[in-house]
Amino acid sequence: MKALRKFIDKQKPHFQKGGKFHWLESTFDGLETFLYVPNTVTTKGAHIRDSIDMKRTMIVVVLATLPALFFGMWNVGYQHFLSLGETAGFWQNMGFGALKVVPIIIVSYAVGLGIEFYFAQIKGHEINEGYLVTGMLIPLIVPPDIPLWILAIAVAFAVIFGKEVFGGTGMNVVNPALVARAFLFFAYPGDMSGGKVWIAEKADTFSGATPLGDALVGNFKHLPSVSDMFMGYIPGSVGETSTLMILIGAAILLFTGIASWRVMVSVFAGGFVMGLLFNWWGANDYMELPAYYHLVMGGFAFGAVFMATDPVTSAQTQRGKYIYGFLVGMIAVLIRVFNPAYPEGMMLAILLMNVFAPLIDHYVIEANIKKRLKRLKVVVNS
Amino acid sequence: MSTIYSVKKGLDIKLLGEAEKAIVDLDAKRFAIKPPDFIGCFPKMLIKDGEMVKAGTPLFFDKYRENIIYTSPVSGKFVELKRGAKRKILELIIESDGKFESLDFGSTDPGSLDKKTATEKLLKSGVWPLLRQRPYSVIANPDDMPKSIFVSAFSSAPLAPDFDFVIKGNEKALQAGLDVLTKLTSGKVHLNTHQKLNNPESFKNFKNVQVNTFSGAHPSGNVSVHISRIDPINKGDVVWYTDIQGAITIGKLFLTGQYDSSRVVALTGSEVLKPRYYRAHMGACITNMVVDNVSDSKNRFISGDVLTGTKIESDGFLDFYDSQITVIPEGDYYEFFGWAKPGFGKWSFSKTYPAWLTPNKKYRLDTNLHGGLRAFVLTGLYEKVFPFDIYPMQLMKAILVEDIDLMENLGIYEIDAEDFALCEVIDPSKINMQEIVRNGLELMRKEMS
Repeated sequence: MKALRKFIDKQKPHFQKGGKFHWLESTFDGLETFLYVPNTVTTKGAHIRDSIDMKRTMIVVVLATLPALFFGMWNVGYQHFLSLGETAGFWQNMGFGALKVVPIIIVSYAVGLGIEFYFAQIKGHEINEGYLVTGMLIPLIVPPDIPLWILAIAVAFAVIFGKEVFGGTGMNVVNPALVARAFLFFAYPGDMSGGKVWIAEKADTFSGATPLGDALVGNFKHLPSVSDMFMGYIPGSVGETSTLMILIGAAILLFTGIASWRVMVSVFAGGFVMGLLFNWWGANDYMELPAYYHLVMGGFAFGAVFMATDPVTSAQTQRGKYIYGFLVGMIAVLIRVFNPAYPEGMMLAILLMNVFAPLIDHYVIEANIKKRLKRLKVVVNS
Repeated sequence: MSTIYSVKKGLDIKLLGEAEKAIVDLDAKRFAIKPPDFIGCFPKMLIKDGEMVKAGTPLFFDKYRENIIYTSPVSGKFVELKRGAKRKILELIIESDGKFESLDFGSTDPGSLDKKTATEKLLKSGVWPLLRQRPYSVIANPDDMPKSIFVSAFSSAPLAPDFDFVIKGNEKALQAGLDVLTKLTSGKVHLNTHQKLNNPESFKNFKNVQVNTFSGAHPSGNVSVHISRIDPINKGDVVWYTDIQGAITIGKLFLTGQYDSSRVVALTGSEVLKPRYYRAHMGACITNMVVDNVSDSKNRFISGDVLTGTKIESDGFLDFYDSQITVIPEGDYYEFFGWAKPGFGKWSFSKTYPAWLTPNKKYRLDTNLHGGLRAFVLTGLYEKVFPFDIYPMQLMKAILVEDIDLMENLGIYEIDAEDFALCEVIDPSKINMQEIVRNGLELMRKEMS
């Protein structure tokens, strides 16, 4: 290890101001800090600091997505062979899935990180770790058969217009991974919706509709069992199908305290309550679908655990997080049931609430300010 | 016993190097008064190099508040004026003659005082700067009438000295000091104690003050916490505060007529070989405490605690308001894949490191930043260690954009930089929050005056 450190120290001057490769300073710094936690010491304020940094935070989120990712890979293979009417072993399923999913991950990271590095360099910043998570989330919310060039365009759009134009990680208004998905959804609907795309290299005769797709056209008899949907043996985006695996990820995020339980719990609560309201109304078959179905179908669980909880784009006050999460859940189910054009409402619900989160925060903070002013008035009057 | 104010949010960082309950005399030759200790003070010198001084001899005054003078803590000779960049005055160094003589300010019975005579005496002797005010944490303005005065009998910071130990033998002076303080306010004097860090028995006999009890982790000892629970500050309010040692010094001034700047100082930290208490004086040079008494590693010497203290050199001086010296190792090393390894043995408030498996372990923490500066990303984290009805991140953003109205509305008067120390420690974005808050407070102070 010492030799590596020596090598880095020797190369460093070339990448600093005045060096030959100073235009790669951010990239070099990014790689160096990836290998080594820097030797910076505290100069102001508290003399000791927590061992956690942004890299640690982000890597924990990436770890939390891994169960969903690996199950997703297996399921891509499983659905493929199922549609052909063949049975395949675990490794065969896994292998086929990996061939489909790994290129998606590579493209997502290569394009996204490339743009991140470029922006860090022209701004003279250190490289933000935010994309480590975004780059993993994007492959999990796209269909397994997505053409890679389309994905590349979507990632570029998301990173530039979803994040960098606002100032980078921490400043963005909407969740960049969902911006990528929304871009795909509206720009390339043929590759993002319908019954064809959710199973990789599907046999033509096999119905490849997701449960949500079936529900939208009133095909309720065709719905898989709740346990299949919970376990994830259904067609869908790579990482969204298995509620169980997503809940394992949720457990990691909640235990480490990185994601807010307030958001997560209230998204599920919101979706469930909306489902119950529809049950009570009962105007059509979709409304009569048991409320808990909504929580295991489609991307609801994935959105609740990994997307809505993004600390930057969700509401930032604790009370605001409850309101924000509850509305995300309600609106997602509302869109599913009411809107004939969109089978899945989660993405749009989260994006919508991302936009409204600052407004929720505004009123929560306003209440705090009013309380303070009231205390002042009581004192002045007495 | 009255109600116990329990502080639910907070964090005790457990460090190695707690001071033993043993006390020795510190043999210090040099003493210093450091104008940067006094926020907003612009010193104008009253003394020349080589002049002889006694405790209480004026050294300089504040250009903006001429009635506040700063005096020598000990007797001896004024030997050196240390300046920094732009000729800013950093230290006034006095070489002690070892006699600790004071000018005579005349003894008075605290019971028969009025506010005017008490104030005059405190100002003249240079003891006044021990009284500070909220908002802004600057030295109290003698013309104000504070709505209450807070005296902390404990500190909840890491490795903080045990003030019960300090009070022992000084009960009479402390009572006299508290009596003087009651003359300075229209309201009450609050003596604040901690359920576990203080022995409640030792506070039963203090008169003329309201004794309050707090419980919970740091920052339960911060003055802002006490004020917020007992007598919250609104816009326009002024509250004064001091610590136990300050109150004792004030008491001694009135009982004996002497400026006795002696105070008990705890030498703490993982790198100290014999952590213990010292009988010292304000501004004492720490050399004789730390020479042959610290480990061989590259160390950082801190006047104060690890959260809010000031970095000093190994031959530096105790800050005016501090009762503690902490020595911890510097952390200027690279760590290979430090962020990715499991990280057994590393300290973290978050559960992303296995530190939660050993909640009672005491750590040897160094000054490594453990990461690089980032924008605010995580939300809802700071609130876990911030026991105020204030939105810390929103307040900080208001400060960064210098929005005066918003800062005021979000409660900047109620807090001080030290209240953000824990947020700063646990922040994965490594933002220097105390500096931001201090700048915000200074901006408000200038806008409001």
